[in-house]
Amino acid sequence: MRSEAGLPVPAPSPTAETAEFWAATARGTLLLPRCDECSTVIWYPRVFCPACGSQTVSWIEASGRGIIYSFTVARRGMGPYKDAAPYAVAYVELEEGPRIMTNVVDDDPGSLEVGMPVQVVFHDTGEGSALYRFRRAGGGDR
Amino acid sequence: MSIRGKAYIVGAFEHPRREIPDRSLTQIHADVALGALADAGLSLGDVDAYFCDSGAGFGPLSMAEYLGLRCSIVDSTETGGSSYLAHVGHAAAAIAAGKCQVALVTLAGKPRSSFEGFRGFQGEATPESSFEGMWGINGAVTNYALAATRHMHEFGTTSEQLATIKVAASLHAEHNPNAFLPHAVTVEEVLESPMVSDPLHRMDCCVVTDGGGAVIVASPSVARDLARPMVKVLGHGETVKHTNNGRVDLTYTGAVWSGPRAFDEAGLGPADVDYASIYDSFTITVLETLEDLGFCDKGKGGEFVMDGALVAPHGRLPFNTDGGGLCNNHPGNRGGMTKIIEAVRQLRGEAHPAVQVPNCRIALAHGTGGSIATRMGSVTLLLGQEDA
Repeated sequence: MRSEAGLPVPAPSPTAETAEFWAATARGTLLLPRCDECSTVIWYPRVFCPACGSQTVSWIEASGRGIIYSFTVARRGMGPYKDAAPYAVAYVELEEGPRIMTNVVDDDPGSLEVGMPVQVVFHDTGEGSALYRFRRAGGGDR
Repeated sequence: MSIRGKAYIVGAFEHPRREIPDRSLTQIHADVALGALADAGLSLGDVDAYFCDSGAGFGPLSMAEYLGLRCSIVDSTETGGSSYLAHVGHAAAAIAAGKCQVALVTLAGKPRSSFEGFRGFQGEATPESSFEGMWGINGAVTNYALAATRHMHEFGTTSEQLATIKVAASLHAEHNPNAFLPHAVTVEEVLESPMVSDPLHRMDCCVVTDGGGAVIVASPSVARDLARPMVKVLGHGETVKHTNNGRVDLTYTGAVWSGPRAFDEAGLGPADVDYASIYDSFTITVLETLEDLGFCDKGKGGEFVMDGALVAPHGRLPFNTDGGGLCNNHPGNRGGMTKIIEAVRQLRGEAHPAVQVPNCRIALAHGTGGSIATRMGSVTLLLGQEDA
């Protein structure tokens, strides 16, 4: 699969712990696990709270808003990304707290800046899941 | 209990080759094991402890058999490129506890000529692979570039400052006939080299080489009977820094924890260090590590490295006098072993005369493994001359 932006959309490999997370992405929803005991929002998704050790965790729906914590423009790619460069790999800091690795989709990735507000978009893998990526807040999904 | 003065590095050997298509991975392990034992004046029959990473077969089980060792202690702690510094620390602790007398630590890898020794997943992958594997990460450089971008954003660090680190390493590599990149480069040449992953250029990256190395760690009683200069293990600190439940901070490394532990055990501070082997997978790795070990304040690494500070023999902190991973050797994509070996050369007074630090009494060796932007092993060793 390829997104409108020309980026490949490799499918993840859901596990017993992450199946619900990935199924939600296919519906255009970014879920975050939150600890029932200490309310810590957890990333990466796992049914275990690394803050307190609890194994009771509930899913909450992320707002999808965040800011760029850091990014890099890959000038060449490998594997499925062989012909995709240049593209931006980033850590986006979500409103809910976690900094998550992702792509920021942009026509001119070199013009992105740390601190820039971004909004989640979903790119369907065709295998019952979607990749959560981000674009500049206020722009279109290019 | 402290390991200070309880163990000595008595042998060290760096494989002289950088591309080795004609020898197997286990042969290279044997090459470096025999080289380090010969350097020490010991033989395979003297070894009673063995340390290696997970790269060859079943790790120490396969290698102890291949090498014909009879061991009372084995350890295959796997923290990437920092593993071998951890092995030295663990060997010193085992010797201090009376568990063994002569520990052999080996590294071998062939990423330049083949995939032999490739370290793949065994069994079910841990979950991070599905949350990091889809974004087009090109190996380590993408991760280290993320750290560089953030460090530049918070502290105003520049590409010129990063390039200065490469230049210092290249000035040292000029004197190393085995160096993969034996020619001096300028800041301009670094900045004009192709951008690989902004803001890191090709010359901000280490070399990819085959090769390996080994060290022998021994008890004081064994060390005293050998002819070679004694290199005392003074302190060891290690840690794992990870993404901390999605609260990753890219501006520092695990050296903020491993460094103080090693300094405390040694009873030393950064100002006591005459020579430093600093892990240099990328220029940004060096810059953040220098700050984290306390050689300068956080955020001031860019200023610190200017004006020849890292250039031997007379810079404020001579570093990586073999040319480091940036220019000399990064065997098996793991630079930790060569960090130890060059520190041993400096303390013995056996570095190349052009880069030998005068009266080098205290050396620091620091290893980094894994990725600075996700999960990393950090290990710091403090080593000294016999009277240190």
